[in-house]
Order: sequence, then structure tokens, then C-alpha cells
Amino acid sequence: MDRQQPQTGMYYICGSANCRARNELKQRDAIKCTACGYRIMYKERTRRMVQFQAR
Amino acid sequence: MSGRKRTTSTSSGGAMDTSSLAPTGSKSSSKPRAGASAAATTQASMSPAHLGSVEDRRDAGKRAMQEIRSRVVLEADRVENAASIDFPANFPEEAAELAWDFGKFAAGFRIERIETDPDDPMAVTFDMVGVDAAIANAFRRILIAEVPTMAIETVFFTNNTSIIHDEALAHRLGLVPIRADPRYFETRDTPDTQATDRNTLVFTLDVKCTKNPHASPNATDDTEKYINSRVLSSDIVWVPKGDQEAQFQDAPIAPVHDDILIAKLRPGQAVACEMHCIKSIGRDHAKFSPVGTASYRLLPEIILTRPVTGDDAYLLQKCFSPGTIGVRNENGVPTAYVIDARRDTCSREIFRHERLASAVKMRRVRDHFLFSIESTGALPPGDLLFESVLKLKSKCELILAHLNNATSSVDTTA
Repeated sequence: MDRQQPQTGMYYICGSANCRARNELKQRDAIKCTACGYRIMYKERTRRMVQFQAR
Repeated sequence: MSGRKRTTSTSSGGAMDTSSLAPTGSKSSSKPRAGASAAATTQASMSPAHLGSVEDRRDAGKRAMQEIRSRVVLEADRVENAASIDFPANFPEEAAELAWDFGKFAAGFRIERIETDPDDPMAVTFDMVGVDAAIANAFRRILIAEVPTMAIETVFFTNNTSIIHDEALAHRLGLVPIRADPRYFETRDTPDTQATDRNTLVFTLDVKCTKNPHASPNATDDTEKYINSRVLSSDIVWVPKGDQEAQFQDAPIAPVHDDILIAKLRPGQAVACEMHCIKSIGRDHAKFSPVGTASYRLLPEIILTRPVTGDDAYLLQKCFSPGTIGVRNENGVPTAYVIDARRDTCSREIFRHERLASAVKMRRVRDHFLFSIESTGALPPGDLLFESVLKLKSKCELILAHLNNATSSVDTTA
């Protein structure tokens, strides 16, 4: 496991319905919300533009 | 009872129609108000028509023909004379009299009783008199499906964390009516056509929901507990492009209504998107239809063939819509009379009462259309009707050009 660690982590959204805090998680971080301690995290939605027909 | 009915119906060319057609006159353009004047003729002439002279019978026949041409008759179980018979060469003997003539049409055609709903200036009703059903229906159909408006067609999402999926939200945005004069814009011929300030309107929507720090701890209402918990049509912001800002400075483009709920949000959720609005017609998608609905019905006509008095008068009154039939005192007897036949829904409830069925004749005036146009807000209803007339005219010009082409090509080959 000598691969280079990413300098910055990824952002995840806390899964707790009352929290939904945005957490930065690095590779070896515990999967745990820093605000409430909840252990379920969701990926953020893509920031890429998505096109839809309004029909 | 049935025997009596039969007598009335067999002599309908005579006794009954003398009374029923009296206020109408012989010309179909004369306006039957079916009001007090009709009620005044309830004393049907009792002279049996089958005993009359040859002239009398010929006149009766003419009147019967006149009724078939100008009235749709509502019977208990069927509608008589429903089909239009007003087409060329249908009556060879009267071809010259009945032939369509612009002068005759112009003299008989009118639009009257234009009324706007005081609560909604975008809804209007009016009477269109003296046209064939085909033409009135053409206007109705063109209004619904072929008068263009602007509507959101493409949605570019940069963010949507609401519980409504992107495609459903895009669809909802598309249905929001936009107040923009479509006559200024051009249609984009193909989706690949370059978007310009003459064929595209751009809107943005950027809403983020947060907790309301000042909310009372006991608050239960989402609008109090959170900020921006509801995405409304008022959040849609117009972004003028090119010379649009100068062009529409007097009437900035925006959704017609400010209070259309598009989505609900909870703290942390957000919607951000850009929307492109194009010009098209209702046949393409219902969101482009400029009317909530455009509809018409024929003017009802109620004729009392004999006086209806006493309890029967009140029963008669109850069989029709409120305001249609009135009861007044005549020689100390309550007597029914027709106040305003146009209020009636033509339910024909009266024909369920055997005793009263023979006293009432229900008809509709074939060429008198009670029109109703409800605009969605892009253009006032009057302008919409005008646009539909222009559209019908351009359709006629198109087919005329094709006909001319076809006939001239036949000539050259012959």
C-alpha cells in the first residue's frame, strides 16, 4: 500500500436525516460524521451539467 | 297521453311551429332571444294544420324545413337535426337562394356579448353568430393546438438535491406559463438551429434551503422552520440576452403566476439550473397551448307550447338550471315563463315528467355559438382569437395556392 495518498479528501454528506453535514474524508479516515458521529455517508451529486428535455 | 302526444307531433309542421317559429322569423340570422317573447306565444294556435288550405300546408312545410336548417332539436332520448346540412348542392331547387355569398355572410355574422370574468381578465366569453359549426370548431381547435406561445424546453441542471428527480423537475418547469409575447419571436426550426435572442429566452433558477435560525422551537410549518423550503415560479429569473432587455423593458418577461409550487426542499437541499425557452405550438406539446381551454356550446332555446300553471309551474322551474325559468303571477295564477334560456345546461330533466314533457320544446340555435376562451396568460384572449383567425387565413391561402398549382399543371398537360 505504497500508493501516494491524495492531498485532499473527498466530500461526503452525512446520512443522518437531522445532520446532513458535509464531511471531508481522506483515505484512511474513519467513516464517521465529525458533527454527529453517524456512520453512513453519501456521495455528493455530480457538479457536471446535465441536460433534460422539459417534456 | 301518448295519443295526445302523437297528435301534437304529427301536426308539428303546423300548430306547434306556428308558435315556436313566430319569434324567430324566417331568416336564420334574426336573433331568437327565447325570452319573454317566446313565453308570450305560449298560446299555441289550436287550429289543426291538416285541415288548412294548400298554401297553409306549403307554408307549414317551409317552416318545418326552416327549423331543420336552423335548429338542433333536443328530444327526450335523442337529438334531432344534429348534422349540418349547410353544404353546396344539398338542395338543388334552392341552390341559388342557399349558395354561400360573402355579402350574406358578412350581414349575418357578428360577435357580441363580449364578457370578461371580473376575477380573471384572462377568461372571456362571447357569442359568435352566423357561422357554420365547421368554422367555429376550426377556431376552437386552432386556439388549442396551433396558436404559438413560449415555454421552457431545455433544462440544464448544475445541481438538484431535492427529492424530485431531474427529469420530473424539468417536466414541471416546462409546464410553467411564461408571459412573453410570442409574436416577437421566431420558431427554432430544428434543435440544431443556433439559439439567438430572437428565438430563445433564458431563465435561471438557484434556490438553496437552510434552517431558519429565528424560527420558534414550536414551529411546525415548513415555511417558518426553514428558509426557501418551497421553490416557487417567482424564483425563476429571466436573463435578458442581446436586445431583449431593451425590447421588453416595459413588460419584463417572467412566469405568468408567482405562486406555482415547483418543488419542496429541506435544509441542505438545493436546485440550480438554467432553462431555455422556445416558441412552439400546442400540437407539439400541451405546454405550448395558449389556452386553458377554448370551448363553445350552442345557444339553448326553450319554448313553452302551452301555459304551465300552479304547482306544475314550480316543478317546471326546478327542472332547469337556476335563472332559466321564472314563475310570475298571471290573472292570480302562478305561471311559468322563460327568463333566460342561455343559462340552461340542456339536461332535459323536464322530459322525465310525462305531464310536462308536452309543454316544452327544447332546441339549440345551430349557428349561434357561446364561446369561452381562457388564456394561460401569454396573450389576452382577444388577441388569441385574432391570432387563430390569421392562422385559419394562412391555411386557406396555402390550400388555395396548391389548388391553383394543381389546376394550372392540369391545364398544361392537357
